Amino acid sequence: MAWGSNLDSDARRGLMLVSPPLVYAVLLLALPLAAIVLFSFWSQDFVTVNTTFTLNNYQRIWNEPIYGLLLQRSLFVSGAVTLVTVVLAFPVAYYISFHVDPKRKSLWLFLITIPFWTSYLIRVFLWKVILGYNGVINSGLLSAGVIDEPLTFILYNINAVIITLAHAFAPFAVLPIFVALEKIDRSLLEASQDLGEGKVMTFFRVTLPQAMPGVAAALVIVSIPTVGDYVTPELMGGAGGKLIANMIQTQFLQLNNAPLGAAIALVAMAAVVTAILVIYAQGKLLIAVYSELNGTRPVFDIFILCVTMLFLQVLVAAALLRTLGGTLGSGVAFFVGLVLYSIAILLLLKNRRR
Amino acid sequence: MRISVLGIYAILYLIFLYAPIVLLPIFAFNDATIIAFPLTGFTTGWFAELATNTALHGAVRNSLFIALMSAVIATGLGTMAARAGATGEFPFKRGIIGFIMLPLVLPEIIIAVALLVILVQILGMNLSNWTVIGAHVLICTPFSIAILNGAFQNLDPSMEEAALDLGETRLSAFRLVTLPLVMPGIISSLLISFTISLDEFIIAFFLTGSNPTMPVYIWGLLRFPASLPVIMALGTILVTLSIILLTIAEYFRRRGNARAGIKDTGGFL
Repeated sequence: MAWGSNLDSDARRGLMLVSPPLVYAVLLLALPLAAIVLFSFWSQDFVTVNTTFTLNNYQRIWNEPIYGLLLQRSLFVSGAVTLVTVVLAFPVAYYISFHVDPKRKSLWLFLITIPFWTSYLIRVFLWKVILGYNGVINSGLLSAGVIDEPLTFILYNINAVIITLAHAFAPFAVLPIFVALEKIDRSLLEASQDLGEGKVMTFFRVTLPQAMPGVAAALVIVSIPTVGDYVTPELMGGAGGKLIANMIQTQFLQLNNAPLGAAIALVAMAAVVTAILVIYAQGKLLIAVYSELNGTRPVFDIFILCVTMLFLQVLVAAALLRTLGGTLGSGVAFFVGLVLYSIAILLLLKNRRR
Repeated sequence: MRISVLGIYAILYLIFLYAPIVLLPIFAFNDATIIAFPLTGFTTGWFAELATNTALHGAVRNSLFIALMSAVIATGLGTMAARAGATGEFPFKRGIIGFIMLPLVLPEIIIAVALLVILVQILGMNLSNWTVIGAHVLICTPFSIAILNGAFQNLDPSMEEAALDLGETRLSAFRLVTLPLVMPGIISSLLISFTISLDEFIIAFFLTGSNPTMPVYIWGLLRFPASLPVIMALGTILVTLSIILLTIAEYFRRRGNARAGIKDTGGFL
């Protein structure tokens, strides 16, 4: 290495140490990822792969409604699972961080992570036992006399998929939020209350903003892997609950159309990353509006305004998901609309400042 | 102890987390072939059936081999990366470590299809236990790094420097001074990686060769209602085993923290 001589010995040692895992990741991660990108531009001729460049796979995904539908459903499930997981996990993380005796915190975290380490397949199957026709919930409610016949809306549909995935990813939401909460300087909370804020306002103005990095990490860690799971939809989803990952798996292992499968996998990845970027940008937008107005109006007004904006954003996102079901094209159109909306708000803010 | 609303909620949350697992032993010892309430009677027959199932024994042997190899290689790579992360700056440090940690947030199906394409379609290799090991090392290494980061970052560099000043080589200083200090972290990483690999299905299903791993074998059984009680029995054993392994891992992780003289902040993630 010619430039190696410019580095001090510590840096060179660091590079040397990190190179085996790096080389491993390049060989088994970067190269394979590059390979599926390449592959998605090829096509399958029965048993052999035709290596002439083609956009056919992407055209199929763009035109055939099934892919848009599956993608829409996958993004919806991923979003719902993420929302449910984070909302359910936050109070638990908060409880462990703020109310549990420091000596017992690690015991709590240990208890929360244990279920995650037990056989995933069997755990998913057991949810079938809990939610099923003769399952725990139905037989329990029947014998208690709450219902007359078994509930059927909780198995073999999207609800079942969401419940099962929300259970599976619970620790992934609790841990990052807990870490963020632990980092909060407790004296800030005291300062806030000394300055006359109530407990609730202290939570919203001091604790929650500082917990946001943890919430953001939880959003990413939960939402991306849920798009890639085909086990839960296969076992719990029934006919109407299949997701995009099932389609990828089918293309690769049953229909033997690896190039199309590779293209679907890449589109799914791109869709989920885009969705996360959109949410991130909208969150930033909300924070920008909040900090711009903070101090100029009563806190309550700003709060209402932000909630309204959030509601609008959710509405737009829902519309985006709905249209995605038609074809991918209309989904992209809505995405452009969302970007324009964001730019408009930013321009409004800029004008205010002048 | 005062019980708050939040505390009650946290306990309900734990019940939600443990609900499926609690059912496992209940049905493993129930003598009906249908997995549903009401329970009919007590039996240990399902466990006896496990003992005579040779196909299952083969799958378990495969999985144990894959998990062992994955744990050892991932922990080796993880140790190097964590140590590199703890020693000073080097070019592209954040990028490189971030790239190695990437499988943590990548959907497993993407890793699975990417490896399937390159190994089978492009390189023309046959699928075997080693293709599964290759993928499992990839997904276990980030966990190993996350566990070992704590151990290495809290290490006092002056201890190793002292050994160097006293005439040890870098390697022997590492072996004699650093290694014993991070050993609890390494054991914890081995156990966690072993557990992840043993349980991993999504990737294994794509990359497994003619000999299925245990989760792939279980997946096959899930289609046959008659085999479900046996799966419950198997699941009970697996859950007990993972809890034992994790408790040992947690014990070593805490001991490691105690040795490094830091306050325990809980989880390793």
